[in-house]
Amino acid sequence: MSNSTFFLKAFWGLLLRDLRVLTREIVPFLLRVGMQPLLFLFVFTFILPRIGGSANPMTAAAGASFGTILLPGLMAVAIMFTGIASVALPLSTEFGITREIDDRVMCPLPLWAVALEKVSFSALQSIIGALLVIPMAYYVPAVPVRADIYSWPLLALVMVLSSLLAGSMGLAIGSMVPPKQIGLIFSIILVPITFLGCVYYSWAGLSKIPWLQIAVLFNPIVYMSEGLRASVTPSITHMPWWAILVALVLFTAALGKLGLRGFLGRVLS
Amino acid sequence: MTLLIVEIAALTKIYESKLRVVAVDGVDLELKQGEIFGLLGPNGAGKTTTISIATTRTLPTSGTVRIDGIDVVRNPAQARRLIGVVPQFNTLDRSLTVYENVYFHCRYFGFSHSQARARTLELLEQFMLSERKTTYPAQLSGGLAQRVQIARAIAHRPKVLFLDEPSAGLDPQSRMAMWTIVQGLRQEGITVLLTTHYMEEADTLSDRVAVIDYGRVLALGSPEKLKQTFGAETIFDLKLKSLENLEPVLVELQARGGVTSAEATADGLRVIASSSDGLLPLLVQATTSYGLRDLTITEPSLETVFIRLTGRDLRE
Repeated sequence: MSNSTFFLKAFWGLLLRDLRVLTREIVPFLLRVGMQPLLFLFVFTFILPRIGGSANPMTAAAGASFGTILLPGLMAVAIMFTGIASVALPLSTEFGITREIDDRVMCPLPLWAVALEKVSFSALQSIIGALLVIPMAYYVPAVPVRADIYSWPLLALVMVLSSLLAGSMGLAIGSMVPPKQIGLIFSIILVPITFLGCVYYSWAGLSKIPWLQIAVLFNPIVYMSEGLRASVTPSITHMPWWAILVALVLFTAALGKLGLRGFLGRVLS
Repeated sequence: MTLLIVEIAALTKIYESKLRVVAVDGVDLELKQGEIFGLLGPNGAGKTTTISIATTRTLPTSGTVRIDGIDVVRNPAQARRLIGVVPQFNTLDRSLTVYENVYFHCRYFGFSHSQARARTLELLEQFMLSERKTTYPAQLSGGLAQRVQIARAIAHRPKVLFLDEPSAGLDPQSRMAMWTIVQGLRQEGITVLLTTHYMEEADTLSDRVAVIDYGRVLALGSPEKLKQTFGAETIFDLKLKSLENLEPVLVELQARGGVTSAEATADGLRVIASSSDGLLPLLVQATTSYGLRDLTITEPSLETVFIRLTGRDLRE
């Protein structure tokens, strides 16, 4: 067998292992990915509109079209959340406490490929997570939100890039943050970047707060939400698609590099 | 001509952090195909670092390690096909059952589904683990987990198996079982490099032993040869209540025929003698006034070789 066949088989073996673990834990996986968008849609697009206009000032903001803004945003959150939960959390424990990553690191595969497998498999989960949001947005809100897919290739590209980005971020966090502090990551990284990630409002809408409109450009979720907006709900004003793709590629490359360096630093001394 | 399967040459590893630590300091070792080789030394001697480098987990500062001719630094992925590793700690995949741990390991090494399945069942049978197929690693005792780790490490039929402190944390029965397993590997033609700080382990299992301390190889040879060369001596360890004014006793003992050395230790004194005839009563007599409270005699063994070479106790 040539070296590259060997590498491919090893990579495939790693994927099979992750698939086995995922299928065994499919229910917790679905709960983890689905709970947040489900509750969000339920509260903002089902409860609030029914409570009625004058009873709650938030209802005005959360009108019927809010669901349309929310759908791509929640898909972006699902992608990011899955990326961190499926790479950063297990990696941090495997590095920090049990060292059970050892056997996979000892695969007849270059170490970067072991990291790439982690990121790829997480990307697969992220895509499943994001796709789950689409039926939810149809069935949960008082007024169904339909995904109006404007361009399939763009959607595919944005989904794949966003998922890889999330996985790379998970890799960077998982290999650099000790297990004791990993919970903190959710409060100090995940929550702020979601709330400021153009998830619940579009980027164009921020034009009234110029400093914030510039500041959020450093947040990768912005491009995920906007990219999905451009491909799933094109009726909402969004960034130009080329800018979104360039930003997604750059963020993925930067985080991927950072994550790989962290990963190599942990497995190789 | 015997084939060299592991060649370690001029290996050094220096950790440059706040404190400069020379973990491995010019180690040269050659393992012949099929032998069981013991790397013996106290904690911190450089055993684990040497193994880590040989198993592609640590990069050396200088020097080379070749496994069956393949340089582990230049071609780590290729070298990993030739080696199996049982690390000091339980690194079994906690998300997989015992069966799956071995099965997926085979898949990582390119086995097809049916090959991996057959090999896993064969190994579980061989290691008497068939009943534990569906058990998760967290529910295994130390000895069983160790057995699964060895089964997993040899699943892809490596040429060299590295065992890092295989008996650490095992009860005596499990340790004996592990010894039987390691001796069994000899029949399969697997070369074994094991590190240990247990003398009996090195003595029982190894064809050859290297005594290592402060990152250097101090002695190398078969256990018998080492005992003959360095340690045909008996060690008397005396614990005393009073350590004041020991000098005259030391001088008196050193002057006696058959005594190689006599020196003060933290809680008494240590006498190394090639001939112990009549020495015991003399020692007791000479030290009674210092409040002799305990006396340990260590007969010639790898342990005495070790103490002779390093000046320190092994089980520290």
